[in-house]
Parts: sequence; C-alpha cells; structure tokens
Amino acid sequence: MALAIFALGLVYKVFTWFTYRIGADAAGIPAAARVGAAIQGMVRTLFSGKIATLLRAFLLDAILQVKVYREDRLRWLMHTLIFFGFMLLLLFHALEKYVSVPLFAEYYPTVNPFIFLRDIFGAMVIAGVGIAIYRRFFLKLSRLRTNSQDQYAMVILAVIMLSGILLHGAKIGSSTRYEEMVQEYAMNADEEDLKGLEAYWVEYYGTVSPKAKGPFDAATLERGKLIHEMSCLQCHSRPQSAFLSYGTALLMRPFALALDRAHLPTILWYVHFLACFIGLAYLPFSRMFHIFATPVSLMANAVMDKKTSAPANIATRQVMELDACTHCGTCSARCSVGVVFETIPNLNILPSEKIGSLKALAAGKELSPQQLSTILQGMYLCTNCYRCTVACPSGINLQDLWFSARETLLARGYPEFLVLSPFSYYRGLASEGLNGGRYAKAAEMAREGILAAVNVAVVRDLTVPLALGESALKSKLEASFQAQTFSQCYRCVTCSNSCPVVQNYRTPQATLGLLPHQIMHAVGLRLWDLVFSAKMLWDCLGCYQCQEQCPQCVHVADVLYELKSVAIARAREKVSAETGVRV
Amino acid sequence: MKFALQRCCVTSVFLKQYEAATDAVLAKLGIELEEVKEFNCCGYPLKNYDFTACALSSARNLALAEKRSLNILTLCNCCYGNLKHVAHVLKDNASLKKQIDTTLAKEDLAYTGGVEPKHLFEVLYHDIGLDSIKQKMVKTYRNLNVAVHYGCHLLRPKDVVQFDNPFAPSIFDQLVGITGAKSVPWSTKLECCGAPLWGVNDELSLDLTEKKLVDAKQAGADYVCVICPFCQLQFDRVQRILLSRRTSAVSLPSLVYTQLLGLTLGIDEQSLGVGMNELPAETIHQFLGTMEEGQAARPVHG
Repeated sequence: MALAIFALGLVYKVFTWFTYRIGADAAGIPAAARVGAAIQGMVRTLFSGKIATLLRAFLLDAILQVKVYREDRLRWLMHTLIFFGFMLLLLFHALEKYVSVPLFAEYYPTVNPFIFLRDIFGAMVIAGVGIAIYRRFFLKLSRLRTNSQDQYAMVILAVIMLSGILLHGAKIGSSTRYEEMVQEYAMNADEEDLKGLEAYWVEYYGTVSPKAKGPFDAATLERGKLIHEMSCLQCHSRPQSAFLSYGTALLMRPFALALDRAHLPTILWYVHFLACFIGLAYLPFSRMFHIFATPVSLMANAVMDKKTSAPANIATRQVMELDACTHCGTCSARCSVGVVFETIPNLNILPSEKIGSLKALAAGKELSPQQLSTILQGMYLCTNCYRCTVACPSGINLQDLWFSARETLLARGYPEFLVLSPFSYYRGLASEGLNGGRYAKAAEMAREGILAAVNVAVVRDLTVPLALGESALKSKLEASFQAQTFSQCYRCVTCSNSCPVVQNYRTPQATLGLLPHQIMHAVGLRLWDLVFSAKMLWDCLGCYQCQEQCPQCVHVADVLYELKSVAIARAREKVSAETGVRV
Repeated sequence: MKFALQRCCVTSVFLKQYEAATDAVLAKLGIELEEVKEFNCCGYPLKNYDFTACALSSARNLALAEKRSLNILTLCNCCYGNLKHVAHVLKDNASLKKQIDTTLAKEDLAYTGGVEPKHLFEVLYHDIGLDSIKQKMVKTYRNLNVAVHYGCHLLRPKDVVQFDNPFAPSIFDQLVGITGAKSVPWSTKLECCGAPLWGVNDELSLDLTEKKLVDAKQAGADYVCVICPFCQLQFDRVQRILLSRRTSAVSLPSLVYTQLLGLTLGIDEQSLGVGMNELPAETIHQFLGTMEEGQAARPVHG
C-alpha cells in the first residue's frame, strides 16, 4: 500500500509540474501544450549531442554534489554520508531480493562482509543525520532556518536507522530467536550437543539464554563448535562485525531476557517497517522528494536557456524547481540583502523561505491580502544580483522565480513601496518583455498607497485659513542630524535651480508639485499635505546637487530622503495596523 | 597594498565586462584583493525606504572589513557614497549606532571606524600615483576625445565623501589624461546619469540620459567614460533602449575607465570585455598607438 501511495504521489507531483503556474507568462499556456513542449524539448536535447552535458550535470552536480563541496565541506560530508549510506541500504538491504541475491552468489545478510557493510552504511546515515542536527541546532549559522519539513526528514531517517540497529541488536541477544533457529536447523542434535551449541552461541554470538550461563568448560564449547560448524556457520558470521548492532546488544544485555519476553524484536520489526513505509508513502509530499526533482532540475539547468527554451518549458521548469529545493539555506547565506531580515523581519526576504511562499502561490492556496503583500515585499527586496541562483546546489534559477512571482503579485493590484527604490532598476531593464500598462502602474500604485497612508487631501481649498499640520512629523525630522537643517533655509531657490529634474521641465511645478526649496519651506510650516503629495519627492534622483550648492548648508537631499523614509514608514505602519502583519 | 573588494550587486550578471576589466587592471597594477564572500549589498537601494536597514547593510560590510583589518575597495560610486555616508552618520548618531552594534554583535562583528571605504580612483591617484601608472603603460591614445562622467556619489556631498572639488573636479580627468585621451569640456559633465529613476520613472530617466549624451556628442566626444556600474548600465544598456524608443536620440558608446586604461597597459580587448558592451565599442583600438606616436602627436593632457 505504501508503494501504491508513493507511486500515486509521484504521478501527482509530476502532474502538478505541468498544471501549476508561476508568473504571467505561464498563465496563457495550457497544460497539454506544456506536456507536448516538454516531450519535444527532451527528445530534441537527446538527439542534439547534449548527452555529455546531461551526464556531466548528473554525475558532478547531482551525485557528487560538487557545488556543495565548494560551498561548505562539512555540509558536503553530511549529504554524501546520508545519500550514499541510504542508497546502498536501499539497494542491498531493503531491496536485497532484487539486488543482492542475484548479484552475489554467496549473499546472506548475516555473513561477512554483508553483515558488516550494512552497519557501515547505517553508521554513515546516522553520522550524516548527526551532522545535520549539529548544523541546524548547535552551529550558529546565520539565516539557516529550520522548518517542519527539515525536522521530519531528520526524524524519519533517524527512526529508520535507529530502529534497524536496535532490531538487529535485540535479535542478537534474543533467546526466542535462537530457539526458533535451532528448531529449524538443528532438530536432530541430541541434548548434549544442543547444550554445547547454546554455550557456544552465548560465548561467541552474544545470545542471552535463560538456561546457559558462562563460564563454560572447554569440552562443552568444543562440542558446540562442531554442531555450529555443521548447522550455523554457513549463514552466520560472528555478530561483532555488525559493530553498531552488537554494541547495542551489549548495552541491552542486562535486560535482554526481559526485553525478549516482552517481544521487543517483534515490536522493533514493526517500528522499522512502519517507519520505512511511512517514509516511502510520504516521500513525494515531503522534502525528500528532492531525490527525484533535484537531478531533473540540475540536468534541465545544464541544457536550458531562458533565451532559447520554449516558454511552455520554462513554465514547467519553474514549478518543478520548487520541488527541487532542499531547503539547505545556501541561497539565504549568500543573499546580498539577507542581512536586512535583521531589521525588517519578513521571512520572505530570505530566498530559502521565499520558496515556501511560492509553493503556496503556485498551488493556488487561498492567501489573505496581507500575506500576499508580505510575500511581495520579500520578493521585491532583492538586488537581482543572482548570487542565490549561482550558489544553488539544486540548479534552481531562483532569480527568475522571484521575477515571475513579483510581476504576478503586482498585477493582482498590491502596492509595493519598494517599487519607488533603485531595486526597480532590474525591472526597468526587463521592461521590454512586460505589459507596458501594467509595468508603469506599479510605481503609480505605490505613490497612491503612500498618499492614502499619510492621509492628505490633494486639492487644497485656498479660502480656508492655513492650519498647521501634525507636529510629530516635524519633531521626527528635527531629531535627525541631517534633516533638521531644513530650518536654516532662507529660500534663495539655489537648490531648485541646480536640480536636474526641475530643469527638465518647462513648467516644473505643474509636474512636480513643490520644488525642493518649497519643500524645505513647507516642512517648516508643517504643510504635510503639500509635502507628501509633491511628485518631486519620488522623482528626486538623490544626486546631491541641491545640497552641494546650498549656501546655507541645508542638507536638502538628506531632508528629501528623510521625508521619503517617513512617508514609507507611515504607509507600512498603516498596512500593518490594518492587517496585523508587520511589513 | 591589499584591500577587501566590494563588488557591486549589479555587475556579476549584467556587467561581466566590468568585473573582467577591473580584475585585469588591478592585477596589472599589483593591487592585492581579498574577496569577502560574506559581503552584502551596500544598502544604497534601501536609502529612501528604510534607513536603518540601509545603514545596517553598509555597517556590516565595514565590520567584515575591519575584522580583516583591510580597507574596502569599491569601484561603484553608489556603494562608495553609501558606505561613506553610513560611516559618517554612525559617528554622530549614537542611537542608530547602538541599534546597529547590537545587531552586528549577533555575528560577532563590530564597526568602530578602524577601516574606511576607498574608491578605486583614490587608490590610483593617491596611493599608486599617476607616474607609476604611466610607467606601466605600453600604448597610448591618439586623437581620442572622451567625455568624462564622474558620477554623483563620487563628488557629493563633499563633506561626506571628500574626494575632489565637487564643482571643478580634476582627478578623473587626469586619470584619463595619462592614457593620451583628451577629456573634452561638456556642460552637463557633473550631472546625474539618470539611473536612480530607471524602473521608477522611465521617461524622466531617459530625458536626463539623453540630454547628457547629446551634450557629450556636441562637445566632440568619441566615448563617454565612467567608473560607476550604474552609470555604465545607463549609458550602455539603457541607451540601447533609448535609441529604440526615441528616434531623435544620438548614439554615443560608453567605456568603463578600467577598460580604457587596460588597453594602454597592454591588456587585450577580450580580457577587458570590450566586445561585451551593448553598444559597439571595439573601434576604440583604432585610437591606440605606441608610446612614441602618442608623444609625437601631442602633449599628454592633464
């Protein structure tokens, strides 16, 4: 049944690769077209002589994990131990009927070298899981987050391995097992022979017997040895070779009889098999699915190119890549803006955590507007430096994932204030491939969002007497060493005359609202509605011409920066107050 | 001379030629570099969004450099300006400093002002010196007119960066002068390239870029020469977009200073990535001649 669930899960997962959508580009392509394009693409790649590239990617990147080796040796050791230990156990132990038996004429799980190797492989996995636990819980690694999937992976592996070793340990000491074996293979021996055999097994094989207790005399042992060599030796090497299990057996020795009577070997057998079945059945839905998806991603990464690959295949690849993520945290450790998470605690800033949100988005999960704007902020707070993509050991093109998701969320109408920052440079470079109207609307929405948040009426009634605005804002500016200089302004207009943005327009006030010198003046008068509705604020280049030229040493550009900060902070506060999510 | 090199975020993918030229020239001039893998974005893009986040970003890089007792070398004006700005603000703003110190302490980092950010031009001009660079030159330009574009954050605000005279700077002109190229006077030389608004207000950004290019062309420039990656992106990639959108626009290729200098140091075009510029810049080699030819043609400009 576990196998059936596993197989169905596998099919389901691959089905989602073709049906889930990330980004606006993917929206127009039906699943059938994607399947067709994928088959076509694969066939074309196979016949284009790229086999060598594929094999190289599979061997070096997927199996040997060269990228991880370069990044972090300890982590490479951890993965290698778990991967090879587990794969070898899977093939030669779990699937022994299909692999070990046909392969080795002498195969029997309880003879050397097999009894020894099984424990070696188990020890590898346990050591690997040990390193994983050490890395995640003891080593102070910045920005390495541990989620429930990571915990599950460690727990299921540990349970499978430990229950296996305990099971073998319990069987070594078990007199019930001993009796069963004697019944089967030494039925014809007489009582003295059996006594000798039991003594021999207690002495050399770790059996704990309720009847036979050492020390035994040499004659009894000699007699036992004869029977042993006749009936047992062929299939049983001494269990000391299985160093882990034997060690466990030694530890259990004082309680072995009681444990045996409590049917411990049978219980452990169930635990071991259940854990294996759960692991198998749940595999397609867990982080362990990367065993399948990551090699596919690495190979796709080796032969695909954004410029030449079919859009349908890119859409498919982007969904598949989400499954290829192992949540290893390399991207977050290398992220150019990861440090910002310390002051803006939005998990979506960290690339490794963005993937989780993308999975929810791709699956079409219902997300609240606040969740969506939080995700968008994380997606946009990115310098597009590609460090995550270059570093990813699973070959995921993370940068393109962020871009697709960003555009989808912006298209859904969520204002993102970061659009007004130089983080938009990349979007500008990519603008030729974007829908023109939607592209321009993003900055507009952000400006409107800020206006709404600072709560100003844009049209002023000039017949109403001048009312001074909130003084808290002014105090805030006065508290800033840079921004407090606004009060030194004597309105000589030098700043506005030196501003390249002001100079760009024939009637600058019509386009920009207030000009820099007027903003300085308006701040003094607390005319916040005029200040924050001035387009000048968001069209400021930050080139510092104004500040450099000011005869009064007003830090004009810094005042404008501070005003933008204040306005954006207000807008973020407003969103937080409405949604309860800190953005 | 050893520095911790802060590479700008935009160069690794969009300006590979910029990194190639930088590495080749720095190696030629014997500047030793340490690549600090942990360096993050300088924080410049966050400046008008969240100043604390912006300051933390720069402070962390400064702290990482201080841990290695190395000054930070930057080629990007925005990185340089922001690192300088943050170092400056942290001296005066005790509450911000305290907040940042606490965060940095989580990674066992601290910035006490022990190291400082340095721009490539400071190193070339002050630490190495024009004469030493000249001695390494094997070629020189003849009849090449260059519109030198300083970039805002190298010059302003003067009280923070203290690089050159913000109204009449000459260091970049002198650095171009030693290559044999002539730095032509142009009226918008010290103005912004338009990059900060690209992606935010594209029309305005293009207006500013176009105005500068027209001005440089009218002044007789064969190339614009820049040092900041944002300026280069603007004059190269964005200029290509400008040319496709506005028929009135004039075309003027742009070179990064390390490309211009590299050729005279005998580094080949390919290592300098000259062919990787969006607007064809390969014709630059037509202006190259031997040192003797250069001296015969006309005196070196300064």
